[in-house]
Amino acid sequence: MDSSAESGDGSSSQGSSSPAHEVEKIKMNDIMDEESDDEFPSSMPSEQVALQQKLATAKAISPRYSDPDIMRAFYQRLYPFRFLFRWLNHSPKPSKDFTFREFAFTLQNDAYLRFQSFPTGDLLRKQCISMTPTRFEIGPVYSSNPRDRKLAKNTSEFKPLTRELVFDVDMDDYDSLRTCCQGAKVCSKCWAFLTMAIQVLDTSLRDDFGYEHILWVYSGRRGVHAWVCDRKARELDDSKRKAIAGYMELLKGGDQSGKKVNIKRPLHPHLQRSLKLLEPHFGKTILTEQDTWRHSSKADHLLSLLPPSAATLRIALQEAWASDPSRTGRQKWDDITDLAKKGAGGLDLDTKALHHTQQDIVLEYTYPRLDAAVSRARNHLLKAPFCVHPGTGRVCVPIDPDKAAEFDPTGVPVVTELLEEIDRWEAGEGDEESKVPDWDKTSLKPYVGFFKDFVTRLEKDETVGKKREREDVGESMEF
Amino acid sequence: MIRHDYNRIDPKRRPYDFKKKQFAQAEYKQQDYAHRLNFYTLPPTAEITLEQFEEWAIQRLKILAELETCTFRNKTFEETTDYISKLLEKHLPLHANSSRSTTLQDERRRDHYSHFILRLAFSRSADLRARFARLESALFRIRLRTDDTRERQAFIDSLDLQWEKVGVEERRELAAELGAVLTQGLNNKRAAQQAAEEEMWVKVDWEQVPELVESRRVFVKKGKAYVPGKEQTSLVVGEFTRRLEAALDLTSKALPGLDEDDRLTPILNHLSNSFTTPDAAYSSDTPVDGLGAPTADQVDALSKHFPLCMKEMHIALRRDAKLKYDGREQYSVFLKGLGLSLPEALTFWRRSFRTTTDDDFNKNYRYNVRWQYGDVGGDANRRAHGRAPKSCQRLLTEPLPKPGQTHGCPYRTYARENLERALKDDMGVRDPQVLAQVRDDVGRQRYHVACNRVFEHLHAREIKKVKDENIWGAAELDTILHPNTYFKRSFLLKQLGQGGGSGAAIEVKREQDETMVD
Repeated sequence: MDSSAESGDGSSSQGSSSPAHEVEKIKMNDIMDEESDDEFPSSMPSEQVALQQKLATAKAISPRYSDPDIMRAFYQRLYPFRFLFRWLNHSPKPSKDFTFREFAFTLQNDAYLRFQSFPTGDLLRKQCISMTPTRFEIGPVYSSNPRDRKLAKNTSEFKPLTRELVFDVDMDDYDSLRTCCQGAKVCSKCWAFLTMAIQVLDTSLRDDFGYEHILWVYSGRRGVHAWVCDRKARELDDSKRKAIAGYMELLKGGDQSGKKVNIKRPLHPHLQRSLKLLEPHFGKTILTEQDTWRHSSKADHLLSLLPPSAATLRIALQEAWASDPSRTGRQKWDDITDLAKKGAGGLDLDTKALHHTQQDIVLEYTYPRLDAAVSRARNHLLKAPFCVHPGTGRVCVPIDPDKAAEFDPTGVPVVTELLEEIDRWEAGEGDEESKVPDWDKTSLKPYVGFFKDFVTRLEKDETVGKKREREDVGESMEF
Repeated sequence: MIRHDYNRIDPKRRPYDFKKKQFAQAEYKQQDYAHRLNFYTLPPTAEITLEQFEEWAIQRLKILAELETCTFRNKTFEETTDYISKLLEKHLPLHANSSRSTTLQDERRRDHYSHFILRLAFSRSADLRARFARLESALFRIRLRTDDTRERQAFIDSLDLQWEKVGVEERRELAAELGAVLTQGLNNKRAAQQAAEEEMWVKVDWEQVPELVESRRVFVKKGKAYVPGKEQTSLVVGEFTRRLEAALDLTSKALPGLDEDDRLTPILNHLSNSFTTPDAAYSSDTPVDGLGAPTADQVDALSKHFPLCMKEMHIALRRDAKLKYDGREQYSVFLKGLGLSLPEALTFWRRSFRTTTDDDFNKNYRYNVRWQYGDVGGDANRRAHGRAPKSCQRLLTEPLPKPGQTHGCPYRTYARENLERALKDDMGVRDPQVLAQVRDDVGRQRYHVACNRVFEHLHAREIKKVKDENIWGAAELDTILHPNTYFKRSFLLKQLGQGGGSGAAIEVKREQDETMVD
C-alpha cells in the first residue's frame, strides 16, 4: 500500500495547513450551534495526490469503485452522515432509535460485519472512514444495544422492535418482459418498469395507508428501495408487515403456474386505481418501447393467457400471426381488443371475460413485482441510502416519486466523478476559506438537498407527535 | 381460584385494603353467564375440586389438539367446523340460550374454568403461548360463526368495542369503492353500490384487521379500514386474540408465584407436556435404513424416490444450473434430511451451479448451505444444527413462488396443465383415473391428499405386499405429511421389493450422529 507515501505527504503539508485546520475547528462549533447544513469541512490535501492517481487508474483500467482510498475520501467528504443520523434518530439528541440500531458493514475483503451500533452519527462516520466498507446496511432498532447482544439472557431481551417499513423492487423480476436488456444491465427504457412500480406503491402507501414520509432510493444498479418512515409504520409488527406486503402483492405463482393474475371482479379499489394508472404505461412501454410480443415465443405466452373459452380465437390468432411475422406487439394486442369488441363475429366468445382477461394481462405485465420477503420481517437489512454500488460506482441517491419518470439511472453521479468534481470546483472557485460543504461542489448537491428536506419534514412531524404525547401525559398527571 | 387467596398473610405484613384490590367484590359464588360465548376477561373465582380441575382441562385440551390436527391436514374452515362441532358436542358442549337446556350454566362454567386452567398451563413459554392463543382463537371463531344470529349480535354488543360507525354521508360518498369491496364476485355495479350504502360499516385502524387487509377484503383509506358487517366476526376474533395474547403475557409474569403450590403445578406441567405436536416434524438425525450416508453423486439416482415438489426442483436445478434462494432453502434442507452431510452438500451445490464461477459460488451460495447445516450463524442456529426440513404444512402455508421461482408444493402452485404434464413426464403417472382424482383433489385444495394419491399409485404393488404380509403396521402407512417421509417410505418400499437394506450402514451413521451431538 502507499500509506507511507501518504503519511510523508501529510507531514510535509501539515505545517502549512494547520492554521487552516484551527479556523475550521472554530467554524465547526459555529456550525453545530447553528444547526447548519454543512457537515464536515473537507480538504485533505495530504491524500490528494495519491487519490488522484487512484481516480485516474480507476477510470482508466478496470473500474474499482470500492477501492479503500476512494471509499475513504467518499465517506470523509461526501457521505451525508449528519442527515443520516437525523433521519434515523428522530430527535436532536442521540436516542435509542439510533444507538440501538443495527448497522452491518461489508468490508473490503467481502467480510460481513453485523450488529454494529453507534452512540452518535460522528462515530459511525469515524468507523466508516477507518474501515472503508464498500457499503453498509441498516437493520432494526433492537430492544438492547446490538453490540451487547451476547449479554442478553434470552431472546426477549434482544429482539427487533422498530424499523422503517421497506419495499424492494428489483429489475431481475422483470427479465421475462424486458427485450432491451437482461440480468444486471439496465437502461432508461427498462427503467419504465420501476417508474410504474414507484407510482403504484407510492400512491397506495399515501392514499390507502396514510403514510407521508416515504423515501425512495435508487439501489445503485437495477432496483429501488422504499423506506416508509412514519412512526406508525416503524412500529408495525411482522404480521402487519406481512399483511401490507400481501395487500401490495398481486402476481402469484412461479414459472409453472400459468396466468399469474387471477382476480375477482369487481376490482378492489386499490387495483382499480392501479390499473387506471398503469394502462397508459402499458401502451407506451409494453406495446411500443419494449414491443414484448413481437417475438413469437413471447406472443405464445400472451395467447396462453387468454381464457379457455377463447380457444377458437386463440388458434385463429396463432395462425394469423404466424403468417405475418412482421406484426408488432401493438398490432397483436389490438387484434385481441378488436375481436373482444366485435364479439369476434360468430365465434362463441364471452366478450366480458375477454375484457377482464385483458385487464389481468395489463396488470401481469405492469403491476409492481415486489420482493415481499424484504418487507415482511423487521430484521431484514437493507443498504443505506447514499452508499456506493461497488459494481457501478453509482451513489444510491433518493428519487422524488413525483418525478420518478424523469429519473435516469445512467445519469446518477458516480463516486469517482464526484471526487473529481470537488477538485475541479476547488481549482475553479478555489476559495479555501469558504465553508461550502463538499457535496455542494458536485452533482450530488440536489440529492443531498432532497434528503435534507425529507429529514426535516420527518423531524418536524416527530417533534409535534412527541409534544402532543407529553401534553397528554401532563393532563393525566393532574388530578 | 388460587391466585387470589385472600386468607394468606402478606409476607411483608402490609396493611391490606381489600376494597382497593382488583376483585374487591370477589364472587365466591358462581358467575352468571348471560351469553354462550365468553371473552374470558374475568377469571373464575369459585371453588372447584382437583378432579374437576384436571378433567375439564383435559377435555378442552382434546379439542384444541384436534383443532391443530385440522390445520395440519389443511382442512378448510367448513370442514374443520363440521369435524370439531361433533367433538365439541361430546367433550365441551355449549348451547345457545334458545336451547333452554337445564345445564346451560354448568356448561358455560366448565368452558370458563377450563379456559383459565389451560391459560395457566400454557403461559410457560412464548411458543406455547402463541400456540394456545392461535388455537383458542380458532375455537372462538368456530363458536362465533355457529352462534345464533341474534345471540351473537347481543354478545358483540355486550363487548362494548369502540368501533367508529361509518355515517350515511360517507357511505354515499364512497359507495363505488365500498361496493367493489362488498360484492366481490357480484357484477352489478348499481346493485353493489346500493348494497354498500345499506350495509353496516365500521371504521377501524387497519392494523386491527391485518388479515382482511392482506386479502383485500376491506376498503382502506388513509390508514382506516372500512369493514362491512359480514366481516365483523373477523374483527371480534381479532380483538379476542389481541386480548388473549396480552392476558397470557400477564399470566406468564404471575406464574412464578405458583411455584410452591404442589397440588396444581404437577397437573399443569402434565397438561402442557401432553400437548405434543401432531406436526409431522422430521428429525434429520434418524437415518433411513439401508441408505447410510448418501453422497453428492447419489442424489440423481435417489431422485426417483422424491416427491413431486423436490423432483421438480431437482429437474429445474439440472436444467438451469441455478435455483433461486427460496428453492435452494427448501431443497437443501430436504437433502439434509436425507442424510447428505455438509461436505457432500457443498460438493453437490458446487457441481449443480455448473455455470457459476468458484469465486461467485463461494461468495454468494456457500454461506447459505453452511447456515442451513448450522455450521455458521447465530447461537440459536448452531445449537439447533441449522434448519429442519420443511413439512408439507410449511410448504402449503408459505407465500406462493414468484416469477422465476420453482419452490413450494406443485399441487398448489402449478397451473392444471403444467401439473398434469409434470405428473406424466416427471413422475410417470399415466393412469387417467388417478390424474382425474388428483385434479379433483387439487380443485378442492386438498393438496396433500393428491400427493398421497400419487404416492399410493406409484407404490401400489409394494404397499399391497407389506399389507398382505403384515410387515408394516397402519402407523407406518399413515398419511404422508412431510416430503422427507415421502422419500423415506418410497425408498424403504422399493428396498423391500429388492430384499432389504444393510444394517452396517446404519450403525456407522448412528455413531456419526452421536459425535455430532457431542
